[in-house]
Amino acid sequence: MARIDLVDLAHSYGGNDAPQDTFALKPVTMTWRQGGAYALLGPSGCGKTTLLNVISGIITPSSGKILFDGQDITPLSTQKRNIAQVFQFPVIYDTMTVGQNLAFPLKNRGVPKAEIDKRVAEIGRLLDLEPYLNRKATRLTADAKQKISLGRGLVRSDVAAVLFDEPLTVIDPELKWQLRSKLKALHRELDLTMIYVTHDQTEALTFADTVVVMHDGRVVQSGTPAELFDKPAHTFVGYFIGSPGMNIIPAEVRGREAKVDGHVIALNRAYDNLPAGAKIEIGVRPEFVDAVAPAPGLLTSKIERIDDLGRIRFARVRIGDAKLAARAPNGFTSSDGNAGLKFDPAHIHVYADSLLVEGAA
Amino acid sequence: MDKTINQKAWFLVLPVFLVVAFSAVLPLMTVVNYSMQDTFGNNQFFWNGVGWFKELLDPSTDLGGRFLASLGRNLFFSLVILAIEVPLGIVVALSMPRDGWTVAACLVTLALPLLIPWNVVGTIWQIFGRPDIGLLGYTLNAMGLDYNYVSNAVDAWITVIVMDVWHWTSLVALLCYAGLKSIPEAYYQAAQIDGASRWAVFKAIQLPKMNRVLLIAVLLRFMDSFMIYTEPFVVTGGGPGNSTTFVSIELVKIALGQFDLGKAAALSLVYNLIILIVCWIFYTVMTNAGSERKPQEGAV
Repeated sequence: MARIDLVDLAHSYGGNDAPQDTFALKPVTMTWRQGGAYALLGPSGCGKTTLLNVISGIITPSSGKILFDGQDITPLSTQKRNIAQVFQFPVIYDTMTVGQNLAFPLKNRGVPKAEIDKRVAEIGRLLDLEPYLNRKATRLTADAKQKISLGRGLVRSDVAAVLFDEPLTVIDPELKWQLRSKLKALHRELDLTMIYVTHDQTEALTFADTVVVMHDGRVVQSGTPAELFDKPAHTFVGYFIGSPGMNIIPAEVRGREAKVDGHVIALNRAYDNLPAGAKIEIGVRPEFVDAVAPAPGLLTSKIERIDDLGRIRFARVRIGDAKLAARAPNGFTSSDGNAGLKFDPAHIHVYADSLLVEGAA
Repeated sequence: MDKTINQKAWFLVLPVFLVVAFSAVLPLMTVVNYSMQDTFGNNQFFWNGVGWFKELLDPSTDLGGRFLASLGRNLFFSLVILAIEVPLGIVVALSMPRDGWTVAACLVTLALPLLIPWNVVGTIWQIFGRPDIGLLGYTLNAMGLDYNYVSNAVDAWITVIVMDVWHWTSLVALLCYAGLKSIPEAYYQAAQIDGASRWAVFKAIQLPKMNRVLLIAVLLRFMDSFMIYTEPFVVTGGGPGNSTTFVSIELVKIALGQFDLGKAAALSLVYNLIILIVCWIFYTVMTNAGSERKPQEGAV
């Protein structure tokens, strides 16, 4: 159990001399608190697996340091770090029984046999693997195999953190829920730091109390699911979290007004010191835009289609080249294919070069 | 489902029947026929029933003695080369690079001995081992070792075994390498995290994953070494004395040297049967060892 600090950590597969924008992991400094449940969320190729492998020691970073409880462990090999990792595809030693699989990490570390038996029985009970302990580990279902992989991590009592690399990819949908709740329960019970890599926002938001969003090798925001939803620090977060994602519209912003397509939208805050020459956009979640009948004083858009999600309907509309989604109230229809858009000023954010700008009250 | 019944389809299978009949069934039946008879030439044959087979299995007769002695030599030879080539092949495969340009270089180098025809291999070693002009023979003698495969049975054996190891270890190594390459990287990473030693990684991951290819390697090497003829024939001619006369060499001596077609036919049938049985035993044992019992359904 440990607090994990990353200090100026960066990694490039092309070596340190490669230009920085080709780095798989751009310099990052952050702290993972002991006992936290973290999700590393981002699209494929954003560097999340690289970051995970750097923490577990499979990859040695090009620069920067990793501290466990303040102690620099960067040069230590994977074997010497107290890390457990569960991979995308279950790794099972198939000549061994389930129990022997669980005992393997302890046996390798020379733990006495009595102690091994006790731990294996305990973890077997925790993961509901008890009936299978004496059975060969081959020919089990994918979720049982993934539980064994996890068990091999948990069986070590000194483990500092458990890392998950998209562990539910090969699991059937209905079992995903079960296994994820199991993980949450284990997290509460064992007080372990867990870091969970995924590209699935539902998985990230339901598992973690802190979600770290990565984009293009960079950590763009880390916060609670609510923070990510309400106040995305980067247009990518807005777009990536939420379904449909945040509407990002190019605009001219002056003071308390944003001008889109010649139409003025009121803002709750004043933006007087925007950086000159930056690309200015406003972002607003579809949940805070209403599609209504066109009327004077409302921004007019062209309806492309209406998506009915059952509980809620979203109108997909277009203003010039910008595509938007807006909430379509029940019974909303449009006679001429146009809709007026009503924005909730409290939930409009302003972005300069994709980064959130805080306005003055 | 409706099945189309078309008797004309037999005509498409017929050519295969004919080819197999003329290339395999008829010659084999001829051998069976010969094995029951004796001949003194002039195409005159006399019925002998199972007489040759009785003699074959009786060490007190000339035929039986020669057959059983050469069979013993052959089994010993196969055991020795398997005991050397399989572990050596595994070690070579394990020490090969996993990626980079050196992989191609290693593969080509390893494949070279496999590309050389048998009698050329024999000739190479025959000259290599000669005490007067051969690099190996001359060097060993210059170092004070009395090495001469023509006059010393132990030296002849060592030469034949080393030659086979040189020729065929590559095959085992290449098969093992293919097996190793199919192991996903995650297994090695997981083993690192589990704190496994090099030996534990070999035992828990690499060896089980090489099971299948090792089975094939053992089968191939057993069959090939049990049928070995050309190389020892070129190097030692079966000598000194009868010390490196394997079953195939004995067979050729009887069939073509003495023109005892009946004895030779009986011997080749038994020889063939032994190889079939041993391979079947190998295969059954090895495939059953890997998979215990029936699939178990409904886990966790």
